[in-house]
Amino acid sequence: MRKITFCEALNEALVEEMERDPSVFIYGIGVPDHKKIFGSTNHLLEKFGPDRCLDTPISEDAMTGVGLGAAINGLRPIHVHIRVDFLLLAMNQLANMASSCRYGFGGRRGAPLVIRAIVGRGWGQGFQHSKSMHAVMAHIPGLKVVLPTTPRDAKGLLIAAIRDDDPVLFFEHRWLYWQEAEVPEGSFVEPLGKGRILRKGSDLTIVATSWMNVEAVHAASILERRGVSIEIVDPRCLVPLDQAIIVESVKKTGRCLVADNDWVYCGFSAEVAALVSDACFGMLKGPVKRIGFAQTPCPTVRHLENAFYPNAETIVRTIERMLDLPEMDLSGERFFSHENRFKGPF
Amino acid sequence: MIDEAIDIYRKLVLIRRSEEAIRRWYGQDEMKTPMHMSMGEEAIPVGVCAALASTDQVMGTYRTHALYLAKTDDVDGFFAELYGRASSPLRGKCGSMHLSAPEHGMMGCSAIVASAVPVSTGLAFANRYQANGKLVAVFFGDGAVEGGVFWESLNFACLRQLPILLVCEDNGLAVHTLPETRHGYDSITQLVAGYRCDTWETDSTDAVVVRDLARRAIGRIREGKRPGFLRCRYYRYLEHVGINTDFDAGYRTEEGYREWLARDPVDLRRRLLLEQGVPEERLCRIEAVETERVRQAVEKAKAAEFCNQSALYEGVFAGA
Repeated sequence: MRKITFCEALNEALVEEMERDPSVFIYGIGVPDHKKIFGSTNHLLEKFGPDRCLDTPISEDAMTGVGLGAAINGLRPIHVHIRVDFLLLAMNQLANMASSCRYGFGGRRGAPLVIRAIVGRGWGQGFQHSKSMHAVMAHIPGLKVVLPTTPRDAKGLLIAAIRDDDPVLFFEHRWLYWQEAEVPEGSFVEPLGKGRILRKGSDLTIVATSWMNVEAVHAASILERRGVSIEIVDPRCLVPLDQAIIVESVKKTGRCLVADNDWVYCGFSAEVAALVSDACFGMLKGPVKRIGFAQTPCPTVRHLENAFYPNAETIVRTIERMLDLPEMDLSGERFFSHENRFKGPF
Repeated sequence: MIDEAIDIYRKLVLIRRSEEAIRRWYGQDEMKTPMHMSMGEEAIPVGVCAALASTDQVMGTYRTHALYLAKTDDVDGFFAELYGRASSPLRGKCGSMHLSAPEHGMMGCSAIVASAVPVSTGLAFANRYQANGKLVAVFFGDGAVEGGVFWESLNFACLRQLPILLVCEDNGLAVHTLPETRHGYDSITQLVAGYRCDTWETDSTDAVVVRDLARRAIGRIREGKRPGFLRCRYYRYLEHVGINTDFDAGYRTEEGYREWLARDPVDLRRRLLLEQGVPEERLCRIEAVETERVRQAVEKAKAAEFCNQSALYEGVFAGA
């Protein structure tokens, strides 16, 4: 099968869905400009014209409401935010209007709205360009929350999100944009609410979100060399959540580490820990552990940023403690290599 | 022509009788929903809705009894929802503040000031996109103009020249706060007029005058292909939320109320119809019919069942 990047996969999903369904349109700040949201909106203006691919005023709040109204009236809007942080300007429309839209219509009408938002990281993104608000959004009933990791999922889940009849928040990590992998040509759907086993293993389950799956795969390959077998579960969607895939994996391994691409406190990792303790209590060989961002705003300077973000090394060290293993020599390993690759500006 | 004016009067009576029934029965504590009463504003939604086609769409605020009844004429659905019964299509999940009936073009309302303005802009965007000829009228108070999202929405509507009528129901009060405590400007209409839209103003309490002005505004929206802004002044008879008067609260006087009451929307329209030669018996018949519709609607609502509690979980997402 041919290989394409995560970004190209997003773009294919958009082109194919806009070709298939004339009610789909895409909008947001900079969507049709020459940068094309890092390339993810390439060709859309040329193929579908300015009525279906439009730039907007810098009015995130109102433009979210516009998407909601358009969706109520039968369109399928895709609203793009180049950073998740900008979504916070639209919280009223998301949490007070979009989330309760279907409920408020007595279930008779809903809002098939997709909101793409990019999680930034590195090269000085700092505390207003690096947030990862999936847990906040997942907390609010009526919003679906999707976080693809692989290029295949980027395409299949985005198509599913566009075809879904309710508001879907679709979080894309900036660094995943370069990830290259096999992606089927043509239209296909990865169903919302189904997790994916990224790696099979028997000693410990890592439940990871978004970029942390990349770190988890790296950590698992290091640990494999010393005979530790790691299973990696990518839930892919927080809402709806595939609880069974997590529970079955932990029942098999007896151990669970949650590596969330977000702050730990009151985050999705706590939700997974609660789920696992409830469903797997008698089968656990130790407590569930969680890793995520430091409980601080994200700093700008690199050496502090490296302390802010967990990585494969953090995962390896945490698992060693969970399995009561001595620390292995990691001096030959390269960590934070993506930080060296990403030169910004965004 | 006169039949249209009579039907406008019928709507005014329906709304007034409905709210009188709310005042009569609210004390029984069966309508457990915060009531933001429309008394005093009826001419605005009735007038604007009379200028709209039935397929046109509206959105409103938490003060939406008059708008709901003006657009839908569905008094049974209205009381079923206020009583929270299963016979309401909204099944008691919405109450007074979140009434909607999309099959009638009543696309909902928001209890957060100004929040329906961008959603209505989106409805209008979709109507333009689908070239279906539908127009949207969004109702909001003068307080909404203080919210940033109002200006964001107005900007986008004017930028894209969307088919939308923005109706400012100006009672000069944001809850209990007067304009002099809130406004760094003198005229809302002048501010809005800086955008690429047409603006209109009236302080008439005659729904026919409001209708005629709305018709002109709508004509400009359809022909001029630009949004319209209609500011209508009115006096809120009752407290911000609740069924009582509050002239003893000190933020306004009963004299101001008396001045507006002298041209009460329902009484004024009745008087004008009589002056135009409509026989009083015809108006009395209308009043009797609407009074009876309200009485029956209340009776049916009280007799209806509540939803099974499993309904709590229904309607969060499609198919669930």
